[in-house]
Amino acid sequence: MMELLTTFSTAQPTAVLLPLTFLLPLLGTLILAFSRGTLGYGASALTGTASVGLAALATAMLALGFAENGPEQLTLWTWIAVGDFQPGISLALDGLSLTMLGVITGVGFFIHLFAAWYMRGEAGITRFYTYMNLFVFSMVLLVLGDNLLLLFLGWEGVGMCSYLLISYYYTNSANGWAGFKAFIITRIGDVFLAIGMFLLFSRLGTLNIAEILELAPQAWQSGDTVVELAAFLLLGGALGKSAQLPLHTWLADAMAGPTPVSALIHAATMVTAGVYLIARMHGIFELAPAALYATGVIGALTLLMAGFAALAQTDIKRVLAYSTMSQIGYMFLALGVGAYDTAIFHLMTHAFFKALLFLSAGAVIVSCHHEQDMRNLGGLWRKLPLAYMGFVVGGAALAALPLVSAGFYSKDEILWQALAADQQGLLVAGLIGALLTSLYTLRLIIGTFHGAAKSDNARHAETGRGLAHGLPLVVLAVLSTFLGAWITPPLGGVLPSSPGEGVTAGHGALELVAAATALAGIALGVWLFGLKRGWLRPANHGLGAGLWQLWHHAWGFDLVFDWTIVRPYRGVVWLLQSDLFDGLFRLLAWCVRLVHLGLSRTQTGKLRGYAVTMVAGATLILLSLALVIQGT
Amino acid sequence: MILVWLIVIPFVGGLFCWQAERLGSRATRLIALATMLCELLIALWLWTQLDFQLPATDGSSTQWAIEYRLPWITRFGIDIHLALDGLSLVLIALTGFLGVLAVLCSWNEIVRRIGFFHLNLLWILGGVVGVFLAIDLFLFFFFWELMLVPMYFLIALWGHSGSKGSTRIGAAIKFFIYTQASGLLMLVAILGLVFAHHANTGEYSFSYAVLKETTLSPTLAFWLMLGFFIAFAVKLPVIPLHGWLPNAHAQAPTAGSVDLAGILLKTAAYGMLRFALPLFPEASQAFAPVAMGLGLLGIFYGAVLACGQRDIKRFVAYTSIAHMGFVLIGIYAGTPLALQGVVVLMVAHAFSAAGLFILSGQLYERLHTRQINEMGGLWGRLGSLPGFYLFLIAASLGMPTTANFVGEFMVLFGTFAIAPWVVALASVGLVLAAVYSLLLMQRVHYGPPKDDTPLKGLDPREFCMLLGIIALILWVGLYPQPLLDTTGASMGEIHRLFDAQSSPLPEAR
Repeated sequence: MMELLTTFSTAQPTAVLLPLTFLLPLLGTLILAFSRGTLGYGASALTGTASVGLAALATAMLALGFAENGPEQLTLWTWIAVGDFQPGISLALDGLSLTMLGVITGVGFFIHLFAAWYMRGEAGITRFYTYMNLFVFSMVLLVLGDNLLLLFLGWEGVGMCSYLLISYYYTNSANGWAGFKAFIITRIGDVFLAIGMFLLFSRLGTLNIAEILELAPQAWQSGDTVVELAAFLLLGGALGKSAQLPLHTWLADAMAGPTPVSALIHAATMVTAGVYLIARMHGIFELAPAALYATGVIGALTLLMAGFAALAQTDIKRVLAYSTMSQIGYMFLALGVGAYDTAIFHLMTHAFFKALLFLSAGAVIVSCHHEQDMRNLGGLWRKLPLAYMGFVVGGAALAALPLVSAGFYSKDEILWQALAADQQGLLVAGLIGALLTSLYTLRLIIGTFHGAAKSDNARHAETGRGLAHGLPLVVLAVLSTFLGAWITPPLGGVLPSSPGEGVTAGHGALELVAAATALAGIALGVWLFGLKRGWLRPANHGLGAGLWQLWHHAWGFDLVFDWTIVRPYRGVVWLLQSDLFDGLFRLLAWCVRLVHLGLSRTQTGKLRGYAVTMVAGATLILLSLALVIQGT
Repeated sequence: MILVWLIVIPFVGGLFCWQAERLGSRATRLIALATMLCELLIALWLWTQLDFQLPATDGSSTQWAIEYRLPWITRFGIDIHLALDGLSLVLIALTGFLGVLAVLCSWNEIVRRIGFFHLNLLWILGGVVGVFLAIDLFLFFFFWELMLVPMYFLIALWGHSGSKGSTRIGAAIKFFIYTQASGLLMLVAILGLVFAHHANTGEYSFSYAVLKETTLSPTLAFWLMLGFFIAFAVKLPVIPLHGWLPNAHAQAPTAGSVDLAGILLKTAAYGMLRFALPLFPEASQAFAPVAMGLGLLGIFYGAVLACGQRDIKRFVAYTSIAHMGFVLIGIYAGTPLALQGVVVLMVAHAFSAAGLFILSGQLYERLHTRQINEMGGLWGRLGSLPGFYLFLIAASLGMPTTANFVGEFMVLFGTFAIAPWVVALASVGLVLAAVYSLLLMQRVHYGPPKDDTPLKGLDPREFCMLLGIIALILWVGLYPQPLLDTTGASMGEIHRLFDAQSSPLPEAR
């Protein structure tokens, strides 16, 4: 603890500001958690939002300092020290963590603010903000930790908060199970990450990320089995957290939580932690070409799988959930071709526009009395202009509308990097995905806002009002346009240069193709879902209905896992229920009791019986004695 | 002499409590509380006063921070020989703390024969402290047996009857037979060791330092080691010798469960660290793969069975088995990191399991049932109790920032260099830990409430107890260094003894 004090006595601005970014949300958590119900709605919302707002302010000041001083490192105290094992509670600020920090606290603040509108009138608002602040705390530690163990602390912390917030409406068991599923599946990924940590530590003798990246090239050659294994293990961790194949099934169910939670945790920040992890550990992946290639392929498969699934959802939040999966697939694709900075750039723009989409969805849901099924919505654009604006701007960015949207710049960059890295397969997958994105986005917007209102809830929609409702939507909408794409993450020097750097051949052509794909998708979407709805009729029977079912259930992964893992496990639990091993000892006790019963039957109390037994016994002894003597 | 006081205080305090029943129940409880606080304070005072960083001399004997020796039965070389090092101090402080908790948590629960109850409670704790201090093997055996008798009475007289017709008497008898049989085995092993020593030197001695130097034939060493191992394995418990534990835990009163899970299980791990490994290093080294296998079995078996439990206390009992699996793996990995992890994990498990038992007891006081399927939707009805439950569940599933995480991960990090596959499999246990922990959360606190009436929230006594546990879990989870520094030298010594026997392994690099 002395270290802590000395750190502060020689306080430089960073030394104070850096801890503040997570201590403020922690303070918020503690105040809310220990208020024991004394805080009202306003006080809770204020505490929860202000703590994150101040953290965002600290981040802004850090960014100013960073522009002058460059990367910083700060050790608060040594967490555990046994021999070589010396992980510290120590933070590292560089371009990558600063970018993440900006997204977490900046977007996080607006989502917290919006939640003050969304959650009004709900019981347990204090609990909601406690979890939300705890989440921000964990997520900030995740990106600031300079060693893998501290990163893992944040990593598990966000998982726990995700669980708590998904099952926030606990009186419905289904929500609890959704949180359960999310936690267990991500935990499977976490175990891979943990084993990866064990492996790296046992081979390199350190958990410090900078040291690992420095030592790895000396310890291994490109493609060594050990480093491939380490990279695959890290990838496993990333797959779980970022909802990529095959550990993706939890994300759609995670929509059971309040919508601001979906915006913050299951779109903007936590689910992108896997992308951050791989970018952070790029030195390992650079040495492991097979693992890196697998990353790209998994990304491509996920973006296609989720794209098709998003086409066949009726719940607006589930559409957005699958679209998140698909967009993170793009990020993995970018990582897979070695374009780490592009992946982070897309992570940032995606955080803006997906948060906007989720918050707009939240506005629709609250306005329509918690109706979130597209089949019951429609015709809302006049009544909910702000939410409509959010959907249009966010949807344009999602569909990568050329030139005007933020999404265009980042997604185009990913496709270009895939081409530059000579990965045509991934490029084609990306283009098909772009077409799908435009289609489901149009279907979502038209289904929700156009046509006739299909239920009373939609007909009697109440327009949202107030600063907490309007400001986040407007700010995020601005950031989702090309203005947001002007923010360049300061990633130089942290991440290796991407394959497309310094190459221009074919970039123009690709931009045209990408733009054309997006526009074609949008046109097709308007045609199909707006003008000629009759063309969709074949989807109601035969093959069309089958496809619909398949996509609606996201290719049936849940069913497969249910039969291969959940049911067998429950079978084992049922089999062992009565404690098999203990049964062996119970058997022993039972045998003893049997012998006891048998022998006590001989105690009849009849003299005749005793006499016979005695004579028989004596004869037996004499006989055996005689035999023994004869034998010798 | 202070070591003798550490042992005598609980016994004398127990006698006072027994007699103080005439003065009223409150006086009895206060005396018991004062006794345990006194014990705790002495332990903490010793912690600040003594130096545990003693250099492990290259010579033979372990360095003790304090030693006390008084001849007892000189004919057989039996002494009253007590000694304290970092490991025993940490465990004694833990005993003191859990003793305080045990007294506090039975404040309202126990209403019959209060004096005799506290006599038994304090005598258990006195016996445990004796076990942690004795380094004469005969004395160790004496205390080992001594702590069983009051535990038997605790379960038999103040226990709850369980489901499926299992009675508290049955549970008590089962507990007694298991531990008695294992104790007998240990006595045989101790005597075997002493006679082997006698055969070598012509002298009888039960002294730890002397017997450690005895040269044994590999076969004999193996069998004696097995005797010790099985005796401790029953107490830890190791599958398949765990049969007594779920019943004893489920049917004991809350204070009994707290002591059982918190300290009595730790005496087994302590025994392995203090006796089984240093006395028979070669044999233990050879046995390590089997022991680690049993540890793995415990992790999986405990986790799977915990999922199937209907009684909330049996659930915690099976999770204990799973956690002790990690302890067993760490002990037999024998690296400094793993051994230090074992210490942290023992402390962490003592806190988290004790906390969960206390909460189960509080639930029982409010709902009058321990059946999980009669609960559900309790989150909104119990004030801040579910929040504590959540925290302890998070601790038991090894969430970072809790002590359990530090312990488990140190064990796993420390073992990986020795046995990577064991660690990889044990890590799967982390998923299962999440499964059973959240399953409990789901079944007890989530879902539609069975009733709308709010139940009594936590009173200040209960709130402070839980807050104390949580503060300690967080402290060890975030800054375990004071603990690690205290036990560092002792664990280094065990590692030295254990490792000297094996072919020098490549350093974890």
